[in-house]
Amino acid sequence: MRWSSQRIRRAALVVGFCVAVLFAFVLGVSGFADEKRLSVYSGSANYSLTVVEKNGTDYVGLFEILQPLGSVNSRSDGRVWRLNFNNVESEFTPGKTRARIRGQGFDLPTNFLLENGRGLVPLSSLPTLMQRYLGTPVNFHESSRRLFIGNSAVHFTAQVNKTNPPTLVMNFTSPVNPMIATEPGKLRMVFTREALVPSGSQTLTFDNPAIPSAVFLENNGAVEIAVNGQVPLFASFSNEGRTITITPTSQAQLSQNQLSQNQVAQNQASQNSFTQPTIPPGISGRQAPSGTAVSAVGPSPEQYFVVVDASHGGDERGAALSDQMAEKDVTLAFGLRLRQQLQGHGITTLVLREGDAAMSLDQRANMTNAARPAIYICLHASSQGAGVRLYTALLPVGSDGHGPFLDWNTAQAGFRIASQTAQSSLAAEFGKRQLTVRSLLAPLRPLNNITAAAVAIEIAPQTGKLSDLNSPAYQQLVAESVTAGIEAVRNQLGGAR
Amino acid sequence: MIPRHWIISIAVMLAVALGMSVYAWKMRSRVKQAETPAEYAQPVAAPVQGPTEQVTLYVAYDDAGLLRAQSASIPLPAGRQERAQELLRALLKLYMDKSSSHALAPGSEIRDVYLVDPGLAVIDVNDAFADGHRSGILVEELTVASLVQTLATGIPGINRVKVLVGGRERETLAGHVDLSGFYDVSAVGQMVAELQR
Repeated sequence: MRWSSQRIRRAALVVGFCVAVLFAFVLGVSGFADEKRLSVYSGSANYSLTVVEKNGTDYVGLFEILQPLGSVNSRSDGRVWRLNFNNVESEFTPGKTRARIRGQGFDLPTNFLLENGRGLVPLSSLPTLMQRYLGTPVNFHESSRRLFIGNSAVHFTAQVNKTNPPTLVMNFTSPVNPMIATEPGKLRMVFTREALVPSGSQTLTFDNPAIPSAVFLENNGAVEIAVNGQVPLFASFSNEGRTITITPTSQAQLSQNQLSQNQVAQNQASQNSFTQPTIPPGISGRQAPSGTAVSAVGPSPEQYFVVVDASHGGDERGAALSDQMAEKDVTLAFGLRLRQQLQGHGITTLVLREGDAAMSLDQRANMTNAARPAIYICLHASSQGAGVRLYTALLPVGSDGHGPFLDWNTAQAGFRIASQTAQSSLAAEFGKRQLTVRSLLAPLRPLNNITAAAVAIEIAPQTGKLSDLNSPAYQQLVAESVTAGIEAVRNQLGGAR
Repeated sequence: MIPRHWIISIAVMLAVALGMSVYAWKMRSRVKQAETPAEYAQPVAAPVQGPTEQVTLYVAYDDAGLLRAQSASIPLPAGRQERAQELLRALLKLYMDKSSSHALAPGSEIRDVYLVDPGLAVIDVNDAFADGHRSGILVEELTVASLVQTLATGIPGINRVKVLVGGRERETLAGHVDLSGFYDVSAVGQMVAELQR
């Protein structure tokens, strides 16, 4: 094929454009990663600004720093740069250290700079400058570039309750909304907008082997609190964002047992290097339900571990199967029986809800993913139809792509085949026991958020009588079928991931 | 003595205040009427007149738990959006019939269907539709599959569908089937294939 000169020019343009975009992206990413930030906290606004480095000194735009705090305007006649903030007049001379605010002269530590009409002042001059403009006390944490105006600091207390499992309760004087990340041995909370200050020592130690300490670290306009744990930790919010409760996930119980035998640390480190789906904002902000169940033991890496989710609970009753029978009660009864059956066959099982506790769908998915089971079984009950219906997640076509992060809504995509394997195995076992069974897809949360084989089971009466759902014999038959189905795919699904 | 211009000003202000009070009272009554559940019993749109067309409706059958393609002859307007609305209203008419194979709650209505380029359709059902819907995975799934597949088959070019309730997003239809996201028409096609056997 011969290319005309026009086509070659067009191709060259496209390639050039792509290279330019790639170059800009790489520059942008590397620039962003190294970008210095200044955070300003005041009673009216908390905000963050970019810090620029000039001749080895950190500078910040004076106009930008004052703008969120009041009325500000600036003008320059080429020789002097004048700035008016809330009727306070000031003058700066480019290339000079001498400046005037409220008619009083003072010296900046290094020269004032004017770039494209933007007045830059050295970062270290901020406490003096801001105090003169605002007339209120200013506290500047220079090494971490955090500026506190007036009484804007947020304080906190941290205490480990010696319950089983132990919980670290952190109370803040104002609502907080940190970014939360977990890694082996740590739960990190990064506060970018909160005027958080340490409560005494930067290192908090707790007299507890599961949650031994937490470290407060300020850097680049943000605060990080890293909670050290010998077990995987889970954070939940309450009291309108003023309280963060950190509890061990289901694996904690196991880890605690292992701790006492001095053999856990290395196992945990090797277990926990996994990719969690990115969780939408607000999920961590939901309070963990009271009465949430955690099994007596969690899995070791070679154990075959199952999570059973008795759907609904609390105010969320599910379907009203009859005047007296709520779906949430039936699913709980089935869930407990299934756990008994599974554990009787040596399969470690976690039931997410043991009592009448309300749990959000996100919480269920979050707890399941943190526990990292081989299979997740979600139980539902219905008065319609007969027998059982097995559902796997309905996912958009072509959502199988994998990157370093999983999309929360299609996190199940990589486990579709494992889920179908489990579904087929369960269907075969129900069939062997003469139970009517049907396999379907369903747009049913949280199936699509689960990072393991995931199957929902909707149990309907076998004979058409609603009383079947409460019948111990029927419940046992269903539990036996599910257990046999799960056992049959042990080799395909493997141990805890 | 009170000056004349003062008296005129006060009289005008009183008249304006009185007029506004009457207006506010009427508006309040109108809002109250709009909130009354009795609205559900009212037809949302006038019946469409004109030549009929052969369309395929995907009809749910609760007894068998199946979705079946069914031909119907209904009058359809020319506009794409109006056709989408009439198509779903024809489907709902079947479900609202006394001998329906998949009964919906009294007063269930399709409020609107919006076609948003490229390929996105938004179905807005009324509150009665969701509030009175039976709860269960299969029964809710049949409803959603029926709506989405009928729409996607009757109006070519739709590849995603969003279901709103009363103009707002809901987490689920009646406690089970997810309404928080968008339905991928190809994926729904797979679901429908399973619901047909």
